[in-house]
Amino acid sequence: MATRTIEGVGVVPQRKTFAETYIGQWLTTVDHKKIGIMYIVTAFFFFLVGGMEALLVRTQLAVPNGKVLDPETYNEIFTMHGLTMIFLFVMPMTVGIGNYIVPLMIGARDMAFPRLNAFGYWIVLFGGLFLTSSFLFNAAPNDGWFAYAPLTELNSGCVKAYQCTPGLNMDFWVLGILLLGISSISGALNFVVTILKMRAPGMTINRMPLFVWMTLVTSFLLLFAIPSLTAASGLLLLDRHLGTHFYQYTFGGDPLLWQHLFWSFGHPEVYILILPAFGIISDVLPTFSRKPIFGYTFVAWSGVAIGFLSFTVWAHHMFAVGLPLIAQAFFATSTTLIAIPTAVKMFNWIATIFRGKVVFRVPMLFAIGFIAMFLIGGLNGVALAIVPFDYQVTDTYFVVSHIHYVLFGGSVMAIFAGIYYWFPKMTGRMLGEKLGQAQFWLFLIGLNLTFFPMQILGLLGMRRRIYTYPANLGWNDLNLLETVGAFIIATGVLIFIWNVIRSLRSGEAAGSDPWDAFTLEWDTSSPPPPYNFETIPVVRSRRPFYDKKNPEIADWKTATH
Amino acid sequence: MRMPLFRGMKPKRWVVIIAAMLLSSILLAACGENSPSILAPVGPVAQKELNLFWFILGVATFVFIVVEAWLIYSIIRYRERPGMPAPPQIHGNNTVEAAWTIAPALFLFAVLVYTIYTMFTLAPTAPPGAPTLTVRVYGHQWWWEFDYTESPNYGFVTADSLHIPVGTVVRADLYSDNVIHSFWIPQITGKTDVIPGHDNYMIFRADKVGTYLGECAEFCGTQHAHMNFNVIVEPMSTFQTWVSSQQAAAATPPQGSLAAQGEQLFKTGQCAGCHGIVGVNLASYNDPKAAALIGPNLTHFGSRDLIAGGVLDNNAAQCQADLQSNPTKPDLSNCALAQWLSDPQGIKPGSDMVISPLTQSQINALVAYLESLK
Repeated sequence: MATRTIEGVGVVPQRKTFAETYIGQWLTTVDHKKIGIMYIVTAFFFFLVGGMEALLVRTQLAVPNGKVLDPETYNEIFTMHGLTMIFLFVMPMTVGIGNYIVPLMIGARDMAFPRLNAFGYWIVLFGGLFLTSSFLFNAAPNDGWFAYAPLTELNSGCVKAYQCTPGLNMDFWVLGILLLGISSISGALNFVVTILKMRAPGMTINRMPLFVWMTLVTSFLLLFAIPSLTAASGLLLLDRHLGTHFYQYTFGGDPLLWQHLFWSFGHPEVYILILPAFGIISDVLPTFSRKPIFGYTFVAWSGVAIGFLSFTVWAHHMFAVGLPLIAQAFFATSTTLIAIPTAVKMFNWIATIFRGKVVFRVPMLFAIGFIAMFLIGGLNGVALAIVPFDYQVTDTYFVVSHIHYVLFGGSVMAIFAGIYYWFPKMTGRMLGEKLGQAQFWLFLIGLNLTFFPMQILGLLGMRRRIYTYPANLGWNDLNLLETVGAFIIATGVLIFIWNVIRSLRSGEAAGSDPWDAFTLEWDTSSPPPPYNFETIPVVRSRRPFYDKKNPEIADWKTATH
Repeated sequence: MRMPLFRGMKPKRWVVIIAAMLLSSILLAACGENSPSILAPVGPVAQKELNLFWFILGVATFVFIVVEAWLIYSIIRYRERPGMPAPPQIHGNNTVEAAWTIAPALFLFAVLVYTIYTMFTLAPTAPPGAPTLTVRVYGHQWWWEFDYTESPNYGFVTADSLHIPVGTVVRADLYSDNVIHSFWIPQITGKTDVIPGHDNYMIFRADKVGTYLGECAEFCGTQHAHMNFNVIVEPMSTFQTWVSSQQAAAATPPQGSLAAQGEQLFKTGQCAGCHGIVGVNLASYNDPKAAALIGPNLTHFGSRDLIAGGVLDNNAAQCQADLQSNPTKPDLSNCALAQWLSDPQGIKPGSDMVISPLTQSQINALVAYLESLK
């Protein structure tokens, strides 16, 4: 009960201010932990939305000449699936986990700009609702998440059979993207300043957890990549509504300008989607291998190398557009180059497990699954860098397989590793172990059934973004298998939801350090108090909490950093 | 409670299960009969691209096995067992780091060299004096137009079916006046995008007679799914015969026949607003009126094997047989052209073929006429 003191009268009861009510606390909070939870819950909601869109796609493609969705609707659904999963699930989810965990990992009390932090979250929520509301207007974006011009141009006087996109669909796309970009920039700024300026005493850059490293690199990538997207979409908006002709050749523009601008964003974007995942894995594996990450410096600087190189590879999405051969050779080289730091990280992760003491709790299952599946995605990615082979399989299901192995087998597996790992810290309760194992196996089996055959379909000539396919091209069985796999994944998601509900109600109490982990977020209660730490810790190595629990064999005594 | 996952379970078992799943999906792919498969090349470009695939498949499989084996070995050999002490707290090893940075780099460099070499030697060259063919390819929404007025200038256009002589180097000049498409014939060559304002082209050669599916491989709107074409590779003599027949104006049907009614209907009804037939509403293939027609030229429709961007096979023999078997009241329910004419929007929703409904007798007449245009 809120009270106030009136002079001469005494203490009297007072109605709560809005910010003191339960709802009000959440709506007005600037606390990174609450904001982090809001990001995570919102991102998970959109994961379900994007998942439903995927199930609709797979149901339509389960059999040839499917009649579940008409082509217009199908094009909206697959476009929104991409947009939702990328901008409304993976990005807000990693920002949310980062928001909650990064200040704790560096021993800070909050992010550098708490109000900017809240702003960033609410923009994501409203941007996401705005974009998704396009369905209500029967005008959901329908030209792919990549929105190639000139298909996305608006032409009220379409010449001949030039059917462009006269409706509001792509306007929702542009405006939604611009809004979400604002949120990404504000979050990235916040992370950069927080990480560079608010680390606890003794925590040099070379002692901060790898999840923090990867968040830092990701934030720089966002700061440099989002402007490209803003420019591209801004020009599209001008073309559509103010009579400019940036992407229209008949007036001196060039459709390829869109592709260069978009992929200058789009390629760093995919590293924005995977680097936080790399960070999560790099902090989960040591805890459940009972030893430090192998090659910390190499893992950290590989991330930085990947960040820089990610700006040099964009035209590997454009090998078939008729670029001069020498340019194609350049991008083949840069793409091959970026595989090297990625391979280095993989080896370091496995070396962390090797000669450790492997504890098979659910976060570790997801982390091992990540390594196994991301390897496949990385290998078929290298295949795509082989330009003449790419001429055959680009724009086919082979690429769909690649992107889903790295995004689902990679980012999603890592996200769930992070969720199972840090849920106890955020809620004070453990997620159910048996249900978590069930979810893991359903995911692993489902994702392989869904995405592995896509490589074969690509080789058999099935191109992507088609709402149906004929019955006589030998693609039927594999498509049906993929649909079955998708529903297996969906079952895993349902089990996860049940796990969360049950655990919140009656899960095992977690305590502050259920995993016997090494980093600072575990050195406070679960959940932490609003001020995070009673006293700001002093850090003497990369594993400050391990040092505190094992003073005789602390890292700062035995290691050389 | 901590439940070790593998207690009592033979380590190899789940490896076998996963491997079996992956392998079975490959075996299921043996049901890829009739697929436009890049694994079944009939020309040197596709063959070289495929050779690269086998190479990278070998490298990738090797890397996959080695790395997964190391992972699986690590999680089994070092799994937590009761009484197991804390492991040595190893932080890293610079020698090992150098090794596994340099080794992949060398591997990848070799792959890159092979890749770039193939890129620069991909296009076939015609031996001096050998015949070549240059065709202009137009990507429309959502069908392919083939213009044989380039080199040699055969003077005609057609749609949906691209005839080329076997063993001849072909160059396809790719044009679009609308959105981006992509020209792809998996068994003959990898794809090149068709971009408004850009002069893209492909050079390829098919060395085996047959019919091969071509597809549009860049999302181009509502009916991207139904923008296929056929590539008919035939001996030079057959190709020349086909060229001669295409160059001629449309055959005039016998007076008073059902086909003649169809010709009349075509000329005076809604068809001539979008489609051209040389000798009927076009004086020649060069007729300037052709520029304003948004649909494919139908002068020799009866000789084509695809309708409307490949959404249907043109089963001309079936249609003509059905017409003959019951001249007064033919049953054209199995005739693809009749299905198309009765409900184009139902078959290819969103296409530009928006017509006022035709009566059954009008459809019969049109089918009789169009299928007679060999």
